[in-house]
Amino acid sequence: MSSELRYTANTQLEHLHARYTGTGHADLSKYDWVTHQHRDTLASIVGHPTLTSFLAIADGESKGRIKFEMTEKMLQPCGPPPRKDDD
Amino acid sequence: MHLYNLTLQRPTAAIQAIVGNFSGFREQELIVSHGTSLELLRIDTHTGKISSAVVTDVFASIRSIASFRLAANHKDYAIIGSDSGRIIVLEFSVDSGKFIKLHQETYGKSGARRIVPGQFLAIDPKGRSVMISALEKSKLVYILNRDASVNLTISSALEAHAEGCIMQHIVGVDVGFENPTFAALEQDYTESDQDASKVAQKMLTYYELDLSLNHVMRRWSVPTDLRANLLVQVPGGQGGPSGVLVCCEGHIMYQNMDAVQHRIPIPCREGSSADRGLLIVSVVMHKMKDRFFFLLQSESGDLYKVTLEHSDNEVRTLKIKYFGTVPVSTSLCVLKSGFLFVASEFGNQHLYQFQALGEDDDQLEYSSATYNDFGILEDEIVSLDPIIDSQVLNLSSHSDSPQIFTACGRSSQSTFRTLRHGLGVEEVVECDLQSSPTAIWATKHIENDTTNDYVILSFTNATLVFSVGETLEDVQNTGFLSSVPTLAVQQLDSDSLVQIYPGGVRRILPNGHVQEWTPPSGLTIITVAANTRQIAVALSSTEIVYFELGLDDQLEECEIRKAMGSSILAIGIGTVEQERQRYPFLSVGCEDQTIHTLSLDPQHTLECISLQALQAPPSSICTIGNLVHVGLQNGVLLQTVLDTNTGQLGDTQSRFLGTRPVRLSRVVLQDGIEALLALSSRSWISRNRNNTHTTAFTPLLCDALEHACGFVHDICPDGFIGTTGSVLRIFCLPKLKDSNKLHQESVPLCHTPRQMVCHPNNNYIYIVETDNRMAINPPAGTWSSSIHILDPTKGETIACIPLDHTEAAFSITIVPFSARGGQLMLVVGTATNVVQVPRSFTSAFLRLYRFKENGEIELHYKTEIDDVPLALLAFQGRLAAGSFARSIVTLHTQGSRIVVGDMEQSLDFLTYKAPDNRLLVVADDMQPRWTTCSTILDYNTVAAGDRFGNIFVNRLDSDVSEAVDADPTGAGLLRQKPLLNGAAYKTRDLPTSIHKTTLVAGACEVILYTAWHGTVGILAPLSSKDDVDFLSILEQQIRGEQGTLVGRDHLSWRGYYAPVKGIVDGDLCETFHLLSDTTRQITDGSDVAQTNE
Repeated sequence: MSSELRYTANTQLEHLHARYTGTGHADLSKYDWVTHQHRDTLASIVGHPTLTSFLAIADGESKGRIKFEMTEKMLQPCGPPPRKDDD
Repeated sequence: MHLYNLTLQRPTAAIQAIVGNFSGFREQELIVSHGTSLELLRIDTHTGKISSAVVTDVFASIRSIASFRLAANHKDYAIIGSDSGRIIVLEFSVDSGKFIKLHQETYGKSGARRIVPGQFLAIDPKGRSVMISALEKSKLVYILNRDASVNLTISSALEAHAEGCIMQHIVGVDVGFENPTFAALEQDYTESDQDASKVAQKMLTYYELDLSLNHVMRRWSVPTDLRANLLVQVPGGQGGPSGVLVCCEGHIMYQNMDAVQHRIPIPCREGSSADRGLLIVSVVMHKMKDRFFFLLQSESGDLYKVTLEHSDNEVRTLKIKYFGTVPVSTSLCVLKSGFLFVASEFGNQHLYQFQALGEDDDQLEYSSATYNDFGILEDEIVSLDPIIDSQVLNLSSHSDSPQIFTACGRSSQSTFRTLRHGLGVEEVVECDLQSSPTAIWATKHIENDTTNDYVILSFTNATLVFSVGETLEDVQNTGFLSSVPTLAVQQLDSDSLVQIYPGGVRRILPNGHVQEWTPPSGLTIITVAANTRQIAVALSSTEIVYFELGLDDQLEECEIRKAMGSSILAIGIGTVEQERQRYPFLSVGCEDQTIHTLSLDPQHTLECISLQALQAPPSSICTIGNLVHVGLQNGVLLQTVLDTNTGQLGDTQSRFLGTRPVRLSRVVLQDGIEALLALSSRSWISRNRNNTHTTAFTPLLCDALEHACGFVHDICPDGFIGTTGSVLRIFCLPKLKDSNKLHQESVPLCHTPRQMVCHPNNNYIYIVETDNRMAINPPAGTWSSSIHILDPTKGETIACIPLDHTEAAFSITIVPFSARGGQLMLVVGTATNVVQVPRSFTSAFLRLYRFKENGEIELHYKTEIDDVPLALLAFQGRLAAGSFARSIVTLHTQGSRIVVGDMEQSLDFLTYKAPDNRLLVVADDMQPRWTTCSTILDYNTVAAGDRFGNIFVNRLDSDVSEAVDADPTGAGLLRQKPLLNGAAYKTRDLPTSIHKTTLVAGACEVILYTAWHGTVGILAPLSSKDDVDFLSILEQQIRGEQGTLVGRDHLSWRGYYAPVKGIVDGDLCETFHLLSDTTRQITDGSDVAQTNE
């Protein structure tokens, strides 16, 4: 279980978090939140054929390349995580 | 405001294609996903031509599609992963010609979401199970089986989730008859999200479905290349070593559990950049009896053939070889009959026939400096994908309806296409007769003949007879009277001909004898109706004389003559059905604007059964089946249903065909279907729509014909012969059977088109074309651009003017500068070194060009500006330019108002206050829509489309509008009120241009939009409350009755981003024709919905 859920006592909420990736909670950091947003957006681009195709023309790439790069970007869409001071 | 959305042309982009025996025939077929519709294609292996068997709208977004076959089954099924949150198994039913939903299993929310499966499908090669996966975390496995009565069964979902794993691809591993196994390319972010020092590995993981335990487990997982993007199944069991090919950027690997890894680089072209390896974008594995090979396509379009040398189920070497170059595809399909179907990612789809499999030639298995032909192009499916810009204009002098000019395609495959509603005509013969005929017939001599023997032309004082052979030859002594004009020619009985002329009825018997009937002295025959057994002639005394073939094959005159009391202008009779003696009714149109139905029953001969009033005097009548078509002198055609029992007329529909009196003739098409040829100032053909009970009128794209009829000959089976003035022409309609009624003509372009503008005086079209990354495998920011000038009516390029290196052109307009006395100038917005992500550029320019006499242009001057202009507008003799900083993409003006469309901030209304020389924002939208196109509908209303496929209509409150215009300085009105939301609707595609236009002369104005994947659609206003109610209820009923093919809730799909408001889905209403009769009765007892086009 990820550390962000460490403090969540409510098991029901814990279940919810486990089930729905991207669900927020009180201690969500800005980095996590933005990362989730970006992952959702990237997944939506890959999932909608028109958007992939639109980007492919705009950027002069093939659709396959756009899909690949978008999926790759899902790993760290906003760069590496910030250094944790308290740990 | 209520609008009716109707697609004129479905999307033509091929998102994915699969191959299989979906009908259960011997020949393989293709299913192509167009994103929102599915199409079944058949390939004629002899001619190499592709034909479309069926197209179905699914009212959802199809994300993935795969075919599978149950063991010992003769038919393949298709599995669909869509945005419905459901897995769907489809069967193609040959009997009904439709896709049938076999199974629909719900597993998650709807929408193309990150963790809802549907993005990838992987099938066990033995057809025992399927894995459906999301982009992240979720993977579900379903077991496919058969029950006792050989029906497909599907298990409940088995989870193979991996928290925090991003999926790049999945594939079924061929393990023979061992437990089904799936391979996944995945990357876990849970650790790297927490700790910046951790690097996430990309893993190749095997998931095994234990059939005995009904459980999926992670079998094997190894790190693979970080830039791996695709997996390919390698045959296993008896036929191969099993395992997968992992396609990575720049090389290909073979990996399998407990096997040695092999790796080979992908050959790249000379001069390609070394920074970035080539990516494989599509792949196909083809298994033959004793061997198999892979065709891989790189992002630059090169095909590679990869083979494995293996022994004892162990791979020895991996070989790669350049194979050929075809357009970059989304799917490659190899058919057993030796064809390669390339579903191009942009532009037309291609079908090639293999000439060689690249085995015999001695080309080095690494060098790819030269091209070789692996096959020949057999057929193409035309595709508009993507439509980047369009204009709807009527530039053709002899057309009363506008043409749609589209700029489509990408880089060197870009085209400028002209779309017209109608059927293209293929001219076979054309000759000048010196004088104009008054009528024309093509007839056969003997009833059972399949082709025409004679062509008869009538002139004002003569009749010419031609015999049909290799050529048309003038013949004498045919028995026809040549010194008189002819009113009708009819093949009678089994082997005789009848010529009807003003002075009599002349029957020509096969032995050359002639029987003649003449009207009483002083009277002449005015008009006539005839079929193979009956003749009715109208005399100048308004009487009708009726003849019928008797039992001894003699033409017998009926004793009764019927006086109509008013001049008879047209009469019509239907054809005699097989085994029948006669057609029972005669339709008579009189000058007093009435049409009478007379009985031909021997008991009640020529008794009047019914009478109907017309809006104008009739000019022609033609009865086909139970439909009586009445052409009027004002150019209107009435279509009335004749009750074959009672003879009553009812259910009349009218249609305006043109400005001239309508002439009708019956034609029999190749498949034995009777169709109607209607001539006015335009020529039309009307035939039954496929599998429906309605008729479709389609104009013919040729010069207006004055007289025409069907002409059957070996060289043109579905031919026609007609006259325009004194010109005789024989033509055929090659695209008659296509469901697509938009005719295309294309002109090639040099680069990807961006924007176009039409010159108001010379009607030339000026297009700016720009391509990014114009080199082999180049970095972003290398652009090449040009300005393309073409003549749309002739379909030819006038000039193509390249711009300076690295300068990219984005926008174009023509401005009448008031400072130069209204002189028209062409303005092009450009920028250098533009990078899209993150946005940057070096310098931006406005280029001004002067027009030369011949329509070409010369540079006047070039001025540097602060920002990249993405939109330009002529505004009150000046130029308005949208900027890159706020991403203004559309500009429109009316009066002193400018409507600005922003790439991500929807629409703004601006007003120009001349005293202060200021532009003020007076209203903006409530929602931040990502505008792609917009158009002004009226002074306060604007229609626009956004990037997510929505079309919306916004209206400014008229009070605010007046206040804005009344205020001289505009000081008091900064951001007063938001725009009001008028209508909203999710279309099937991404709208790229939107226009207000009339498509048919005299019809109401409609909103026409073109969209990215090649869709052309209209939004027609519904004028009456009755129409709105009727269509809304019909839509609601159909929605409730059938559900969509992939289980997506229709209303929620149309309201994907914003609730549907004020728009009825015509595409759904049109499916009414496809419902079964019983459902149709339940759904609605009343009439079939009328549509505009």
